[in-house]
Amino acid sequence: MYRYDEFDAAFVRERTEQFRYQVERRLKGELNEDQFKPFRLMNGLYLQLHAYMLRVAVPYGTLSAPQLSMLAHIARKYDKGYGHFTTRQNIQYNWPKLKDVPDILAELATVEMHAIQTSGNCIRNVTADHFAGAAADEIEDPRPVAEIVRQWSSLHPEFTFLPRKFKVAVSGSPHDRAALKFHDLAIEVVKNEASRVGYRITIGGGLGRTPYIGYVTGDFVEKPDLLSFLEAVLRVYNENGRRDNIYKARIKILAHSLGEAEMRERVLREFIEIKRAGTLQVPQEEQARIEAYFAPPEFEALQDTALPADGALGQWITSNVHKHRAPGYVLATISLKPIGGVPGDISHEQLDGVAALMEEFGYGEIRASHEQNLVLPHVKQSDLPAIFARLEALGLATPNAGLISDIICCPGLDYCDLANARSIPVAQKIATRFADGKRQHDIGELKIKISGCINACGHHHAGHIGILGVDKKGVEFYQLQLGGSAAEDASIGDIMGPGFAEDEIVDAVERVVDLYVTLRRPGERFLDTYRRIGMEPFKNIAYQEQLHAAH
Amino acid sequence: MPLIKDGQIAEDLYIAVADDVPLPEGPVIVSLKRLRAERETLLGRNQKLGVKLSSEESPENLGSDLDRLSLVVLEFPKFRDGRPFSWARILRTRLRFTGEVRASGDFLYDQIAFLVRVGFDAFALPSAIPPTLFQRALSEMSLVYQPAADGRKTIRQLRSGQ
Repeated sequence: MYRYDEFDAAFVRERTEQFRYQVERRLKGELNEDQFKPFRLMNGLYLQLHAYMLRVAVPYGTLSAPQLSMLAHIARKYDKGYGHFTTRQNIQYNWPKLKDVPDILAELATVEMHAIQTSGNCIRNVTADHFAGAAADEIEDPRPVAEIVRQWSSLHPEFTFLPRKFKVAVSGSPHDRAALKFHDLAIEVVKNEASRVGYRITIGGGLGRTPYIGYVTGDFVEKPDLLSFLEAVLRVYNENGRRDNIYKARIKILAHSLGEAEMRERVLREFIEIKRAGTLQVPQEEQARIEAYFAPPEFEALQDTALPADGALGQWITSNVHKHRAPGYVLATISLKPIGGVPGDISHEQLDGVAALMEEFGYGEIRASHEQNLVLPHVKQSDLPAIFARLEALGLATPNAGLISDIICCPGLDYCDLANARSIPVAQKIATRFADGKRQHDIGELKIKISGCINACGHHHAGHIGILGVDKKGVEFYQLQLGGSAAEDASIGDIMGPGFAEDEIVDAVERVVDLYVTLRRPGERFLDTYRRIGMEPFKNIAYQEQLHAAH
Repeated sequence: MPLIKDGQIAEDLYIAVADDVPLPEGPVIVSLKRLRAERETLLGRNQKLGVKLSSEESPENLGSDLDRLSLVVLEFPKFRDGRPFSWARILRTRLRFTGEVRASGDFLYDQIAFLVRVGFDAFALPSAIPPTLFQRALSEMSLVYQPAADGRKTIRQLRSGQ
């Protein structure tokens, strides 16, 4: 893991004191809410429906055991005893008091954490593949790049008042686990024909009310040129992005109105100039210094063994354990989606319990995934029974990673100021309907994503099954979308038709899923079957009961 | 409206002149529109000349006339409009403008350090910012990660002992 040196540590300390002064002035009335807003947001502090919400950064989703223990401590001391992992690998607290926030940040700084740029119209905290450094299919660990971007983007003087937020994701594998094509900018580690490693840069992806799949604007950016290229993209965006309409201000709108050719030309012009100036080039020594922090642990020389396949342990292994690059090791997903629970929530006892588990079995490291789960990146296959037993005791052994009840869900109207409808209860009801483990495993990979409004924090456009909550004259309705994907085969789901009432949506989902089970060919996931047969059969079955009722 | 120049309270030698008002004696600040309309007169006055750009106007619009200017004022219509940050950077880094770059309009105390980093050296301070706080704004963050137009040493340079 990256470790702060004296400079990084001093930077975060000063940033905390800077924010303390901003809060002081706000409490004294020297700053009004409008003036305070951009500065609190740059430190992850939102004003929500019921209270302030603090979003703590987990850069590229990597956490150490002491950091997890600190998150537990904060949940206990300043909040109601729990935190919530988000779809951008961060953790948020729903009940902090404004006057406490500088102290929370100061406590976080003691374990090299902060809340810098988890919100606001700036370059947001960088996300990465949660299997980074462990995945069997990886070209290179993407986290050193993410750390270089984190440092460059921290309090960037030119790009802190952008037209709108700017989200960056990084991946080092051909298999996309980081939803690259739905980001404002994505960095993908690739090899060119000469087997040299560099970066493919995609821009202009996004969800929200106008979803777009991003396009490539840098086919092969050499390693030392990365920041120059990023600075070029950001400058083109800062100068030209729309500022007259908040819903048209993301780079996706600019990128798709200018078109690929014009965008490339503008970026290239800036890039050549910035590169020539030379000050942003990343020297080999700096690259190596940062890469050294992310060196994998020293794995023992082990052999792969046959994993238990029976009983509760076997079921958990089937869904929650993934192939590792080192023989005898695996990755293990800790699902934060207990049946009937709130997706992404975790209690302070669970945080402490996982921290202890990491120390004992996981080289002291864990990842937060954009799917709102945790991942132990390096565990021995022989430790799986012990790990499973510990997770069971913590209430964290739900065997559903990647399955129908592993639902991505935004906070919705239960917490959020922007929401039109509740999303958590819908997730809970669907998970409960499909609670039977055997049935879930039989259905196989199926990604349900739920948003409580058109801003799409729950990524519904990218769900195999997406659900969007809407408000019709004070009543909550839920629209179904089918066929989305956030992986390397990215697609935006198709809208089925009119929304379902709250008491109909779970039945509709179940009819759709049952039809898939009937019609699937061997080896087909829900997404594959949908792509083969299209919307019509699913639409007919989903609305069937309603039609009967109407006649 | 107090003017801060190079970190000190300074006298404003320029008179800002609206487009429809006759030019007074001495250094003036005019709009880009007026510069274009009365270019010969303005450049032939043998007086210091400043141009005020709205946040919509890139300094690249000034073309070679930039060499004849001693001041470019960049206007913030709203503190959230971040375009002048890029305009200042372009003035300093691409166009190598060495005259005064002045911030005016709606900007906040908390933006001053960023503004200095991208190349502003003068500030028409809004009434909400007491001039006594100006230096404090610059002292809050002693370390920076990015190279910018101010030539400050970055954390990376400090690390490698440069």
